[in-house]
Amino acid sequence: MQVPAQFRYEKASSVEHALTLLDRFGAESRVVAGGHSLIPMMKLRLAQPEALIDINDLDELATISVEQSTLCIGALVRHTDLLSSALVGEHFPIFADAERVIADPVVRNRGTVGGSLCQADPSEDLSAAFAAVRGEAVIQSADGVRTVPVREFFVGPYQTVVEPGELLVQLRVPIRSSASAYLKVERRAGDWAVAAAGAELRLADGVLAETGIGLTALGAPNFHASEAEDFLTGGPATDERFAEAGRIAARHCNPIADQRGPEAYKRHLAATLVDRVLRVARTRWNGLHPEEEAR
Amino acid sequence: MTAVEQPETPLGHGNMRRKEDARFIRGRGTYVDDVTLPGMLHGAVLRSPYAHARIVSIDTSAAQAHPKVRAVITGETLAGLNLAWMPTLSHDVQAVLATDKVRFQGQEVAFVVAEDRYSARDALELIDVDYEALPPVIDARQALAEDAPVIRDDLEGRTDNHIFDWESGDAAATDDVFASAEVVAAQDMLYPRVHPAPLETCGAVADMDAVTGKLTVWTTTQAPHAHRTIYALVAGLPEHKIRIISPDIGGGFGNKVGIYPGYVCAVVGSIVTGKPVKWVEDRSENLMSTSFARDYHMHGEIAATKDGRILGLRVNVLADHGAFNGTAQPTKFPAGFFGVFTGSYDLEAAHCSVTGVYTNKAPGGVAYACSFRITEAVYLVERLVDVLAFDLGMDPAELRMKNLLRPEQFPYRSKTGWEYDSGDYPTALRAALDLADYPALRAEQALKRERGEQMGIGVAFFTEAVGAGPRKHMDILGLGMADGAELRVHPTGKAVLRLSCQTQGQGHETTFAQIVGEELGISPDDIDVVHGDTDQTPFGLGTYGSRSTPVSGAAAAVVARKVRERARIVASAMLEVSADDLEWEKGRWFVRGDVEAGRTIQEIALAAHSDLELPEGVEGHLDATCVYNPPNLTYPFGAYVCVVDVDADTGQVTVRRFVAVDDCGVRINPMIVEGQVHGGLADGVGMALMQVMAFDEDGNHLGGSFMDYLLPTSMECPSWELGETVTPSPHHPIGAKGIGESATVGSPAAVVNAVVDALRPFGVRHADMPLTPAAVWSAAQGTPLRTDLAIT
Ligand SMILES: Cc1cc2nc3c(=O)[nH]c(=O)nc-3n(C[C@H](O)[C@H](O)[C@H](O)COP(=O)(O)OP(=O)(O)OC[C@H]3O[C@@H](n4cnc5c(N)ncnc54)[C@H](O)[C@@H]3O)c2cc1C
Repeated sequence: MQVPAQFRYEKASSVEHALTLLDRFGAESRVVAGGHSLIPMMKLRLAQPEALIDINDLDELATISVEQSTLCIGALVRHTDLLSSALVGEHFPIFADAERVIADPVVRNRGTVGGSLCQADPSEDLSAAFAAVRGEAVIQSADGVRTVPVREFFVGPYQTVVEPGELLVQLRVPIRSSASAYLKVERRAGDWAVAAAGAELRLADGVLAETGIGLTALGAPNFHASEAEDFLTGGPATDERFAEAGRIAARHCNPIADQRGPEAYKRHLAATLVDRVLRVARTRWNGLHPEEEAR
Repeated sequence: MTAVEQPETPLGHGNMRRKEDARFIRGRGTYVDDVTLPGMLHGAVLRSPYAHARIVSIDTSAAQAHPKVRAVITGETLAGLNLAWMPTLSHDVQAVLATDKVRFQGQEVAFVVAEDRYSARDALELIDVDYEALPPVIDARQALAEDAPVIRDDLEGRTDNHIFDWESGDAAATDDVFASAEVVAAQDMLYPRVHPAPLETCGAVADMDAVTGKLTVWTTTQAPHAHRTIYALVAGLPEHKIRIISPDIGGGFGNKVGIYPGYVCAVVGSIVTGKPVKWVEDRSENLMSTSFARDYHMHGEIAATKDGRILGLRVNVLADHGAFNGTAQPTKFPAGFFGVFTGSYDLEAAHCSVTGVYTNKAPGGVAYACSFRITEAVYLVERLVDVLAFDLGMDPAELRMKNLLRPEQFPYRSKTGWEYDSGDYPTALRAALDLADYPALRAEQALKRERGEQMGIGVAFFTEAVGAGPRKHMDILGLGMADGAELRVHPTGKAVLRLSCQTQGQGHETTFAQIVGEELGISPDDIDVVHGDTDQTPFGLGTYGSRSTPVSGAAAAVVARKVRERARIVASAMLEVSADDLEWEKGRWFVRGDVEAGRTIQEIALAAHSDLELPEGVEGHLDATCVYNPPNLTYPFGAYVCVVDVDADTGQVTVRRFVAVDDCGVRINPMIVEGQVHGGLADGVGMALMQVMAFDEDGNHLGGSFMDYLLPTSMECPSWELGETVTPSPHHPIGAKGIGESATVGSPAAVVNAVVDALRPFGVRHADMPLTPAAVWSAAQGTPLRTDLAIT
């Protein structure tokens, strides 16, 4: 059995309480949500926080709702709840696609949306999914609340804009007419991504009015492929242009070789997955808007 | 998979649910980590971060000063007790705690004993070891290079990393066959280093009673009796004062055959502190430091005629044994039973040579359900046959059918000297091809190829040689490989069977009760099987290499027959007839010609313990003992067909179907046999597609957790389609052969053959395991990966 180093444990009873505890214990304390990233690191003694602040009782952070045409996902929403939410599935199927291939049911029952984003592992699937749909992160501290676009949330691998004393409380995605999808290549069920891509798109008058492309485990800055998005937006959603978008994304990402594969393979996956996931999103769009496709 | 109805308990062989499952399903098993003794302390091992480094100094003072630490043991402490080094199972020595150098990442350097597990682990961080890093030998192919650093400078006169050369077969005859052959196909292939990864890691609770001088060790061992003898020889303790208890074991697969430094440290810890000491390794320690499997770099050549008649095999192997030669195998077989590499085919000549080398990796080598390296041998020959089929443009199933040994050739003496006991290979292959509907699969494949979709069909045939073994050929550290058995029949006709071998999930408590039940007509429910405690069971070599049923199973049948013969004498006294006039039907002796006049085994048991007057020289009771020395190995075999779909653009492989026809002779409990096959097939899919322990150039282990060392899940496994043929072993008392490893041995080749078959449109003739998406894609690009090294 791997055993962590000594730490202090505090259970927060409200967001305010959590923020007070964070202030009291300072930079050496860590929030624990699902614990599926933090606890393994503590058992391996890669992380040795002095205090854990448990936010699992904060039910107010565990809800999914729509407020003023915005999908609001609490930071403590479990993977399994995001996966099974009809509300989320209706507006952004990209999340169900991604959740279906995140870890396994045991991890999904505990792991949280907020924990996933705050962990900022380059292989975290939800980071790319939220980047693709241009979500926003709501961060709270004793000083108040601030909102940061997910595309500006990550500072680097395992680093986010969330400062000591701050808590990620919610993720927001403006609801609009769109279609989305997520595809992942893994070595085995429950494995972290070799590479993955998410796409969100909206067509108007036969051209792409909006395109979002998220990339996982491919070293894309802030988990998205802006060059490929720029290339696509304003033009038609054709096979040729999707393939070209894939090639552009592959050129601009920065995958590193590891036991999941050499760099050339990962770049190839970037191109393949971006192309494929755009097609899935287009098929979904066409399914929702049969009259436009006919036009 | 078909649902199994709850069967009635059969009076002997047949399907019945496993007796042991009641406690496992209820969470009531007792594993080593469940053992808690009064006053027990906890140990933790400090391990080397380096693959190769000189130890300059070790400062333990801060750890000693930890308020909950009771002892800190280093190599120096052990050297004082003459225990710093211990013998391996391959006549080498291994450091218990390093004194001079560390030779692999994760090697044991110091042992802390503390009042609790947390403090022991905390104290490890207080030990200050000063290392001077040395260049490591990581790539086995460079181990014998002129300028390679010498790993084993502890051994007198060592100037290189060479361990042994071993060969088998007739080199000259083989060269002749190759010289005149119409076709020769050659292929390099790697069977990478993998790990058995049992769910329960290794551990021990050692309790030295200072008053009685008796040492009791609860430990994860597949071979409790062998461990007892080795402790006696190594530690100089009298053997009758050592008791090894192997309680419930959470999977062994060969990982728990040898003695690990942690066990010895727990024993020393108990001697030093006077308290029981528990040491249980964590997952990373298990993966990084305990017995690995395989690591064979093979070059194979196959000679044939143009129309596909196989003539010969020529093989060279470079075997990576890690830093200490710690493989567990019979003494005369440094490459295990790799000599069975001629497989299932009728050929004219064969030869192999194996060179073992040291590298800066963990020791081990024979583990993970490999039947002493028959896994490597079967993989080699089955890949070579497919390579030949590729070159000849022949169907691989047809090529196999053409060359399989024929039933009339049995018993068959192979070109490398093994005597195959029995077999009907063409029938098994035909059964598998029928079950798979092979022609329909090929038709589907042709259609898909036209559409640019990649589907592959892999065929593999294997012959195993299990049940080691005849003592004149086989011993481990001088201990002959015969197994004892004791059977006691109580006055009421209930029985207790005592066995030397140890179950790790194979269902011995059920199967062996059924063997005795079949022989005596006593319900298996009425027979308790005692095992895993050296004070309670007769001597024997343990459970590995699929040997339990071939050896201990035979012992169980033989001892039951002895009891039956004793019962005959008692029955003759009861019925007042001559023993010669009695006949046996399951469960009773009766007077020949008068079926009514008989006595059941239960009646006889009571009489045997009563005041019944017995013939002169007969002692009473029915109890018996025996030792079974197998006359030969048993040779299970099977034919496997695997169907995969490959996404060539991403490299992802889906195993769509797997057909397995196994012949393990007589099946004692068919349900347990199928369970063994299911597990082995999953193992095979894992090895073929995802499992590997690779190392970077500094010797860092790249598979040290289950995030990196991937085990297959049910998601990667299709619904297994099983078939069977039954060819009894002629020399085994009940005709049974081993089944524990068959599927692990046979399935990797079937999966790899299927994937390579799918990649045929890309001109791929071979690709090394594990066939991860990256490896498959790279192979299709013509740039195959070295799967044993870090991917760059
Ligand atoms: C076997 C396994 C496989 C996995 N596979 C995948 C996979 O394929 N894809 C994938 O995306 N993920 C995977 N994960 C990760 C999983 O999704 C985790 O649940 C997730 O990364 C972290 O969520 P958590 O709630 O468990 O966070 P925790 O472990 O509790 O926390 C993670 C980090 O975030 C911080 N944190 C948590 N919540 C907040 C908050 N509200 N505000 C500020 N900081 C916070 C913590 O302090 C900590 O630093 C896997 C995990 C495991 C164990």
